[in-house]
Amino acid sequence: MSARSSTAHSVVEPSSTSKLVASVLVVVYALVTMIPLFWIVVTSLKSPPDSISYPPKIVFTPTIEGYCNLFTNQTRQTPEFLATLPPATTACEKVTRERNMVIVGPSNFTKRFFNSLVIAFGSTALSVFLGTIAAYGFSRFKVPLKDDLLFFILSTRMMPPIAVAIPIYLMYRELGLSDTKIGMILLYTAVNVSLAVWLLKGFIDEIPREYEEAAMIDGYTRLQAFRKVVLPQATTGIVATAIFCMIFAWNEYAFAVLLTSGDAQPAPPFIPTIIGEGGMDWPAVGAGTTLFLIPILVFTILLRKHLLRGITFGAVRK
Amino acid sequence: MTGNHIPDALANRLATATPPKLAARVRGLSDKAIAWLFITPTMILLLAINIFPLIWTIRLSFTDFRANRTNAVVKGIGLDNYTSILTDPDIWAAMQSTAHFVFWTITMQTLIGFTLAYLLDRKFRGHGFWTTIILIPMMLSPAVVGNFWRFLYQPQIGLFNYIISFFTGVDPSSFEMIGSVTLAPWSIIIVDTWMWTPYVMLICLAGLRSIPDYIYEAAEVDRASTWRQFWSITIPMALPFIMLAVLFRGIENFKMFDMVNLLTSGGPGSTTEVASITLKREAFEKWRTGFSSAFAIILFVTVFGLANIYVKALNQVKSR
Repeated sequence: MSARSSTAHSVVEPSSTSKLVASVLVVVYALVTMIPLFWIVVTSLKSPPDSISYPPKIVFTPTIEGYCNLFTNQTRQTPEFLATLPPATTACEKVTRERNMVIVGPSNFTKRFFNSLVIAFGSTALSVFLGTIAAYGFSRFKVPLKDDLLFFILSTRMMPPIAVAIPIYLMYRELGLSDTKIGMILLYTAVNVSLAVWLLKGFIDEIPREYEEAAMIDGYTRLQAFRKVVLPQATTGIVATAIFCMIFAWNEYAFAVLLTSGDAQPAPPFIPTIIGEGGMDWPAVGAGTTLFLIPILVFTILLRKHLLRGITFGAVRK
Repeated sequence: MTGNHIPDALANRLATATPPKLAARVRGLSDKAIAWLFITPTMILLLAINIFPLIWTIRLSFTDFRANRTNAVVKGIGLDNYTSILTDPDIWAAMQSTAHFVFWTITMQTLIGFTLAYLLDRKFRGHGFWTTIILIPMMLSPAVVGNFWRFLYQPQIGLFNYIISFFTGVDPSSFEMIGSVTLAPWSIIIVDTWMWTPYVMLICLAGLRSIPDYIYEAAEVDRASTWRQFWSITIPMALPFIMLAVLFRGIENFKMFDMVNLLTSGGPGSTTEVASITLKREAFEKWRTGFSSAFAIILFVTVFGLANIYVKALNQVKSR
């Protein structure tokens, strides 16, 4: 491609005018789609009155109030009572005192965020483990009804979540798995393992069989060859798959809202329930949303080369 | 994968390493045994968490069971649930809302997504960077972001209404995206399009890049116009990829739940009540478990049929 761009008379290379027009249109589209995300971050830094002012404020004094409201529970107190308190020590205390409020304790956000982390990491580890060995099995051995099994695996991911949730709800109630992290981890693993098998099969198919065969001739068993030859070669694929599984589990909402209510509830069903005094506390919601989205942003940038593969179950590679 | 150096490194390692004792014990495992050992755990998990519940749902769909009344006697009522679903006007209204949502999201996403892919394929400076930027919305949680769109759609203070009024001059408090019967279906279409156009774009881009340069060169030799090249080379060659994207978005939007549940919860009234929202209301609010199980089975069968076509399309693209 680089050779082509240097040949000025190539018929395929777009003209510089068309490049310019294309770049302008693309940049405009990109900037427009970034507005909602930009607004989430901006709102998280506003005070509640600033967040609901008309016209919407672009210039304002940033405050950490949103983040304070997100992480703490507060009660309103009289100025007389506030005067009796020892001076505020933390930044959040100072901000809340100005509004005649006192911090009474941490909010549930930290717990929900932690639940999200545990469930995402747990289900990712499990589905990548299961997916890797199953993908190796499908990639290297003659398995009867292979195509049917692979289709079956993929089709489980296509099921509407609410339809699955009805029997799962009843089953978990019987088994005592309702509102437990283990229950959610198993459920997300079942959803993710299909993606993991399909993606990893693609990655493992690309590793030449000759490597393992050479190792086996030299005295490795099949399992050793798998561990010491195939796995190191598949690292990129495994990491990319893990990030995809992680993103799904992190973002999932339907199962979470129907099957968890307290102990095991992750962040997505919790963030919409954040309310302040007299209506939605949009800066706090913005703060929660910002913190929730940052990991995904990082992962998206890390994944950008493998995104196409991930979203097409490994079918489209480049 | 890369690296011709691996065999050398391997040879060195092989020369020094003697297989550990454990290996001697498993050496006896045949390839067939390993294949089953590797595949079975996944199968068991899927049977336990997907197939067993599915069979349970099928059984429940023939009963009048209600999950909030576990002590009540459960009666088998044959196909009654199925016949009442097919004659229920609410269900048909939900299917209609779903069809409206699926049709417009796919149309808009395909048009915008393909256009963007076509523009990005001009390979201007920095196209890689802008591709990544454009892709960001589709990776985010539809629920969490959908929830924030409720704020953007606020009539007076919302940024969306403000921007619309800035460009058109309408009073920003004169229209309510979420609250009005005519606009609410479009409010969810806009958010879905914002979120998922990048998906279609990415797949279309792959389709455009899969067209070899020599075909265009040959067309150029034959003095085919750009317009002609677009319609007789670009579109037909990229079509399998476009179809793939359309099918996948179709399946996903057919079962759309999270974004809609947070943005409009099916309202106002039931104007945005897509199939999954109806299912949730029947199953977890009205607790008509038997009825909703039958509805779930109907949705399953539909998605399963679509998935079948999808896999065929995948394999077709793969063989290219």
